[in-house]
Amino acid sequence: MKRKKAGTRAADQVGTNGRGKKARGTAFDGHEGVSPIPPVPRFGHGSRVPGWDDAADLRKDPAVVPDAATTPVPADLRAEIEAHMAKYPDHRSASIPALAAAQRHHGWCSPEAVEQVACVMGLTPGYLFSVATFYDMLETHPVGRHSIFVCTNISCSLCGADDLLAAVLEAADGDPDLNIRSFECLGACDIAPMASVDGVYVGPVALDEVGTLVAQIKAGEPPLPAKQLGHRAVAEPLAAIPKGPTTYGGQMPEEAPGPPAPVEQQSPIPLQDEGQGEEGAT
Amino acid sequence: MSTTTTTDGDRHQPILFRGIDEEGLHTLEGYRRRGGYDALKHVLGAMSPADVLAELQASGLRGRGGAGFQMGKKVSFMPAGQMDKYLICNADESEPGTFKDRELMQKSPHMLIEGMIIAAYAAGANRAFIYIRGEYQAQADILDAALVEAQAEGLVGERILGSDFGLTLVVHRGAGAYICGEETGLLDSLEGKRGNPRLKPPFPANQGLYQGPTLINNVETLATVPHVISMGGAEYAKVGTETSTGTKLVSVSGNVQRPGNYEVELGTPSREIIYDLAGGPPEGRTVKLWFPGGSSAPVLTGDDLDVPYDFDALAKAGSMLGSGAIIVVDDSVAVVDVALKLAKFYKHESCGKCTPCREGCRWTVSMLERVDSGVATPMDLDIMASVQEQIIGNCLCVLGDAMAMPIGSMVAKFRDEFEAHIEAARTRNPYGDEQPSPDPALVQGAAA
Repeated sequence: MKRKKAGTRAADQVGTNGRGKKARGTAFDGHEGVSPIPPVPRFGHGSRVPGWDDAADLRKDPAVVPDAATTPVPADLRAEIEAHMAKYPDHRSASIPALAAAQRHHGWCSPEAVEQVACVMGLTPGYLFSVATFYDMLETHPVGRHSIFVCTNISCSLCGADDLLAAVLEAADGDPDLNIRSFECLGACDIAPMASVDGVYVGPVALDEVGTLVAQIKAGEPPLPAKQLGHRAVAEPLAAIPKGPTTYGGQMPEEAPGPPAPVEQQSPIPLQDEGQGEEGAT
Repeated sequence: MSTTTTTDGDRHQPILFRGIDEEGLHTLEGYRRRGGYDALKHVLGAMSPADVLAELQASGLRGRGGAGFQMGKKVSFMPAGQMDKYLICNADESEPGTFKDRELMQKSPHMLIEGMIIAAYAAGANRAFIYIRGEYQAQADILDAALVEAQAEGLVGERILGSDFGLTLVVHRGAGAYICGEETGLLDSLEGKRGNPRLKPPFPANQGLYQGPTLINNVETLATVPHVISMGGAEYAKVGTETSTGTKLVSVSGNVQRPGNYEVELGTPSREIIYDLAGGPPEGRTVKLWFPGGSSAPVLTGDDLDVPYDFDALAKAGSMLGSGAIIVVDDSVAVVDVALKLAKFYKHESCGKCTPCREGCRWTVSMLERVDSGVATPMDLDIMASVQEQIIGNCLCVLGDAMAMPIGSMVAKFRDEFEAHIEAARTRNPYGDEQPSPDPALVQGAAA
């Protein structure tokens, strides 16, 4: 019963016969007019690489907690996971930090990585896959070493984020080392359009800077140093706003007295010589 | 202070953002130089938890995360007695358009830590967590460093400043999920599960993290606590309006000339925030619509710019203050594009637990795509509006409502534009009027 249900679900995803037996091919059978769905990635031995809906190979028994004797875990990874577990009253709370640590170690939440976490935490791999598939930053497929998350939410897209994403994709030219994707609001709408490059926020990124940005990432250099978030001050504190009448919707004062300089979305002002910025994001 | 602060009247001095760009403020030394942790000393030396609670209630401080619930009331819901109680700082800040907490944590992390210790003291909690979104790596590192400093000085840990009160504090990094900003989704995520919201009641104050009583507050709310103590609750209540006390950090973004965080007194006219502080839309354009409280708030139009920016006035105008994020959309942008962008976001972020939200978000996206491609008819707008109505109030959490309210308000307020968009797209559509007619066998009554 259960098997059948799950099989039908898989069929929706890959367009197979619903038994999962002949799913190895790429065949997209039926459903004319609907866009084809890419085939499910598979390991050499035929099991599907766990995705959002296929964390378990339905032909096997559910995996149990891995045996410590047969699951080698790198010592530093084990130490990091155990340190996370010690911080919480219930050690299961450490599952996100532990998976993140394993991801840093292995590049993605591979079956091996998840098995190692499961072994140290005393949980089943299935439980951890259920967690890993829920969160956007935990990768359940192999990805490039460098992540470029371009925020395409409402504020950024009002400032041209969709063009930015297209430009980044074009500049990267399919480099498998770069993990480029659009992302939910990254919480930096003041520097829109922006991107998070390996966790470092940069913005506003002009379209003609994209080439430099991608080249810097490939070379392992800090991305657009002058445009990193850590260099930006809060928009003018209230006290710095000039008192006195202003015309609504009309001409604004040229420049508010006192620091810091405002950033305009259309013509970004370079922020290098900003005295007050912190280096927090570097 | 009155509600009608005029442009040439005196503005209130910033409270949270006073000297926020000062160099070294993120270190313990820099924070102490400005009188940091004095409020905590005063609390632990001379006040009982009941006194702190009384100050919080007198201040009228309302939650800054979205719901605007009075913090004092929330603390008072915590049961008395000896048991494991928890305090959680919600630093997930995933509401599109919001970036105020990022600024606070990055530049003044100790203000948050001090506020958390005082709030935990008032609530009787001995364990505290900061749930920070995984994307804020730099900010989490700063918080971690600040925490190490505070622990070294005996500000966090056992017997804080020689008193009987102890608190452990953990910075917990999420991994990217909008739903974990919802308090019960956050609880599940913090327990190491998928971040699915829980049924309420029981409310977290009774049964939250690890089944224990839990107080959950936003970063900005907790960071305000030390100021409430040092100013005195009654004094703090004089700032702002009668029912919306204090100042608010407002994140202004979208089509404005100076996007950024601004601290304003609650009750300031919205026009003043959008035009005077943020510079208004680029020259030659006008405000078409704006979200007063993040993308989940029903939209207001250019006619509503004189609404005072506070909880009750915005609710009266048919929207909400939410997380305090103003997103301005100017007249060069098509409202359908905004609606589609929004709906796609909520579709992606719906956790899928409740059917109205999961299916409603998906169908709303499909219908908006029909509008955009010209396949729709004006009747689709009615269906879309009814879908929104069926989502609201029918799910465990408000994620579905957060899509339904702005989309519903956009369709209601810009219906003409939606219809014109359909018409224009239909003209552009190469299929034109040659829409494939439905299979005759499927037409109702065909068999008869």
